[in-house]
Amino acid sequence: MASKKQKANRTERDEQTLARIDKLARRALMDVNKGNNPALEIRTRTLSNVAFNEKTRIIELGHRTQSREFFNVAMARKFMQTFLIAKGCKTLIDEGKTISIRQMFYMTKHTLEDSEENTFEDQSESDPIIEDLEVGIDALREELHLFANRRGGLVGNMVVRDGPDEIDLARMGRGGWMIPSICEDDALQFVRCNADFILFVEKDAIFHRLNEDGFWKKHKCILMTTQGQASRGARRLMQRMSLELKLPIYALVDNDPWGLYIYSVLKQGSINLAYESMRMAVPNVRFLGMSAFDHRKFAMPKAVEIRLTKEDLARAEQMKAYPWFKAKQWQREIQGIVQNGFKMELDSLLTKGISFISEEYIPKKLRDRDYLQ
Amino acid sequence: MVSIPGLAENLMPKSITESTPLLDPGGFAHEPKRRATAESMASRQREISVSEFFTKNRHLLGFDNPAKALLTTVKEAVDNSLDACEEAGILPEIAVEIREVTGTAAKGSKAKDPESAGGDRTAPGGPSRFRIVVEDNGPGIVKPQIPKIFAKLLYGSKFHRLKQSRGQQGIGISAAGLYGQLTTGKAVVITSRTGRGRPAFQVHVRIDTKRNQPDIVHEETVDWAREHGTRVEIELVASYRGGRTGVQEYLEQTVVANPHLALTFVSPKGERLEFPRVAFDLPPEAAEIKPHPLGVELGMLQAMLADSPKKTVKQVLIDDFSRISTAVAQQVCERAKVNPSAPAERIHGEQLERLHTALGTVKVMAPPATAVVPIGEALLIEGLKRRFSRAEFYVSTTRPPSVYRGNPFVVEVGLAFGGDLPADEPAEIMRFANRVPLQYQPKACAISEAVYLTNWRSYELQQPKGSLPIAPMAIVVHLASVWVPFTSEAKEAVAHYDELLREMGLAIKECGRKLAAHIRAKAHADREHKRRSIFQKYIPEVAQALSDILNVPKDEAQKAFFKALPSFVRLADEPIEGAEDNGQPSSPAIAQAGNRGLLPGATDAPTPRGPARASPKATAPPPHAPKGGKGAKAREPLHVPE
Repeated sequence: MASKKQKANRTERDEQTLARIDKLARRALMDVNKGNNPALEIRTRTLSNVAFNEKTRIIELGHRTQSREFFNVAMARKFMQTFLIAKGCKTLIDEGKTISIRQMFYMTKHTLEDSEENTFEDQSESDPIIEDLEVGIDALREELHLFANRRGGLVGNMVVRDGPDEIDLARMGRGGWMIPSICEDDALQFVRCNADFILFVEKDAIFHRLNEDGFWKKHKCILMTTQGQASRGARRLMQRMSLELKLPIYALVDNDPWGLYIYSVLKQGSINLAYESMRMAVPNVRFLGMSAFDHRKFAMPKAVEIRLTKEDLARAEQMKAYPWFKAKQWQREIQGIVQNGFKMELDSLLTKGISFISEEYIPKKLRDRDYLQ
Repeated sequence: MVSIPGLAENLMPKSITESTPLLDPGGFAHEPKRRATAESMASRQREISVSEFFTKNRHLLGFDNPAKALLTTVKEAVDNSLDACEEAGILPEIAVEIREVTGTAAKGSKAKDPESAGGDRTAPGGPSRFRIVVEDNGPGIVKPQIPKIFAKLLYGSKFHRLKQSRGQQGIGISAAGLYGQLTTGKAVVITSRTGRGRPAFQVHVRIDTKRNQPDIVHEETVDWAREHGTRVEIELVASYRGGRTGVQEYLEQTVVANPHLALTFVSPKGERLEFPRVAFDLPPEAAEIKPHPLGVELGMLQAMLADSPKKTVKQVLIDDFSRISTAVAQQVCERAKVNPSAPAERIHGEQLERLHTALGTVKVMAPPATAVVPIGEALLIEGLKRRFSRAEFYVSTTRPPSVYRGNPFVVEVGLAFGGDLPADEPAEIMRFANRVPLQYQPKACAISEAVYLTNWRSYELQQPKGSLPIAPMAIVVHLASVWVPFTSEAKEAVAHYDELLREMGLAIKECGRKLAAHIRAKAHADREHKRRSIFQKYIPEVAQALSDILNVPKDEAQKAFFKALPSFVRLADEPIEGAEDNGQPSSPAIAQAGNRGLLPGATDAPTPRGPARASPKATAPPPHAPKGGKGAKAREPLHVPE
């Protein structure tokens, strides 16, 4: 391996990743030289191949693998794509650059010879292949020099070092600090923290509400949002804050099965990224709301109720069957939604007043220790 | 039917016996006044000449409209030429030319021929005058016979014998001449020469329609380059058109069924089509045979007995039937309870009927197969290739000889499939009787019915209910027989005899099975080709990526993949038994004279007697095998079906 460029910049982790890519390619070539069908073994990322580890309380990927063969009409294209991505990642490591997964899509996309067909038609095709490669060679996305789009923000009484800059998260204005997509300790360090807890809100609008109301100043906390399902960067950051700052974390999501699942992913990981659970899951994150029982507790008007759809009900049933929701309190919570027959958005709390959520709802829940874990 | 109750009772007494007169003398109350006496009527009764009959009933002979008249004329002339060449043992070479005669176009004839002038609505521009010239290299005709053959209806050599031939009644060519005469007033011009050193005669003849006699207008000796042969020129009012019923279609089909024929055609537009021959042996000559005991009709039996004065019943059976030995004749007479030595002409009534029944029950051999000459499987395929040179698959089947009503026959079927044949149209049927294309009345023909009744869906083709399969396919069905049963004298459609339908069905199925095997093999190959092309498409990408990752030459990686590829794609090119795949599509039949002689089919002509067998699978009991069965079963085909 005689790379022409910037060999010196490679970290030990880079060398390890390169060795794994090399091994993958070498085995394929050896197979085909022997006249065998070259194949990649990729761990299956489906519900049937994940298990909930009761001890660590996280979702872990099982050991069942799927063989991706080249001489198989159904798999040939994906086989080809996997090696295109692998080659792309090798180039990135060689050159010491990091790009987004969308940029990787463009970097590897081209039209096949004598054909109208492209190596990748759109990004929804390349993203899963990247995940396949991560699992296939047991490397993290950062190790492949890739990142996803940033999503989510943070404000609070904390100072961090992000790359070369030290940032005071208490002085981030109305928008907050944007969470980087890579939050590993070599890129991001916590400098100072003067907060008692972390409040995670699913919705950006609620984040804005709480920020404007000065909630984090009043309650001495860090306010965090992910705008829906949490990105890997946000989850990694949350885990690190939990472990390194040792702060309790409270989560606020909409009261419906989907909101509950966002919380669930934060807490024990997702099925698709089960192989990353151990570095992302935050098993002690607390479910602050909205609970199915808040409607009565806070005497919400009937007007805020949104009827559950068929899909909502089906999702609720699925979730009741997940091993990590088997505990009594979770069954009760999910059943609560089903029994209500309606769902509620966090925003609906504004029916009781613009700042009801920051002045009454959250303080009361925290005071009453009205959360699930 | 309209029934009038009161009248019916009067007209139909409750029981009619032989003793009661058919008409009650006093039955009608009001008898109308007599208009003529038997004597006065007798004065008007006279013989009708066949020519006069034709004038009034020409539709019976295929001259019902101007377009059909043109086709029938060409057809009769070409059929006669082919029969003459084959009988004489000459490889036929025929030239057909149709010229439009300008200037005098149909004006004068309109008065004479009002029917045809207004009758044809399909021909663009209506009918006009054409001169048809058909020239062959046949044996020629001796001078005294020329007028009779071309200008006397019902004169011929083929009617009186049981032998496979194209023409049958001896009415065709003279009818064509008569039609020309009726529409243009022109005589038929015949040029003929019987051999080197002999003069060539040119004779202009007309038909005296009253007496059915030729009327020689002009005759002379001419210089003619041809060593031997005959040239017929007929001028007639007609319409030239293309399509299924056109002259060109007729000629192209004729070429399919007659691989030994070299044909040139010059159309009215001056286009010249040439079909060089692909077979260099004549079909074996069909033997003349006597009627076969199975299926002989009562009337025919009666006539045969009555025409044999001074012979015993037994003697007639032995002499005038094929396959009846002394022992069999004895057996027939015993079963019929008829005295074998009774005079033949005395047999009638119940005795005759018993004799007829007994003939149908005896064990006899099938009629000699030598009486029927099929084209043969190999040559049928060569014939198909003359017309459909770019099909991808050809298959043919010649059935063993079989019998209907005592007439031996052979059914042959050929298929051309795929290639440049239109894929989303109904399959094309070409019907042949004794190598003559049948173009009219497809719906009334047993051949079409046999194709329609076949379940093509079980042969991997689409077939809307009750119709033709939709496929890139042409089907040839050839019925060769000593006596082809047509539905009418125009010889347009084969009659529906169970035995014929059954044999046709079997032959079609045999071809269908081989076609299905081909289609399945092709579908499999297509799938594998598709798989292979997918792998081929991705190999360079994978090789490039591996080469970049591992720092090895791309070619090396790529070679390794291409080397492994064949073991993951199942591509076997196994030929299908008894069928022929057109590996490299050959050029169109037209203007390919030079190459044709090299075709293997030309030298692999069928064995002199009996059908050629390309497929070992098709072996059936020999046609001469003694036949089992008794009673009604005896009238079934004589071979054991598969």
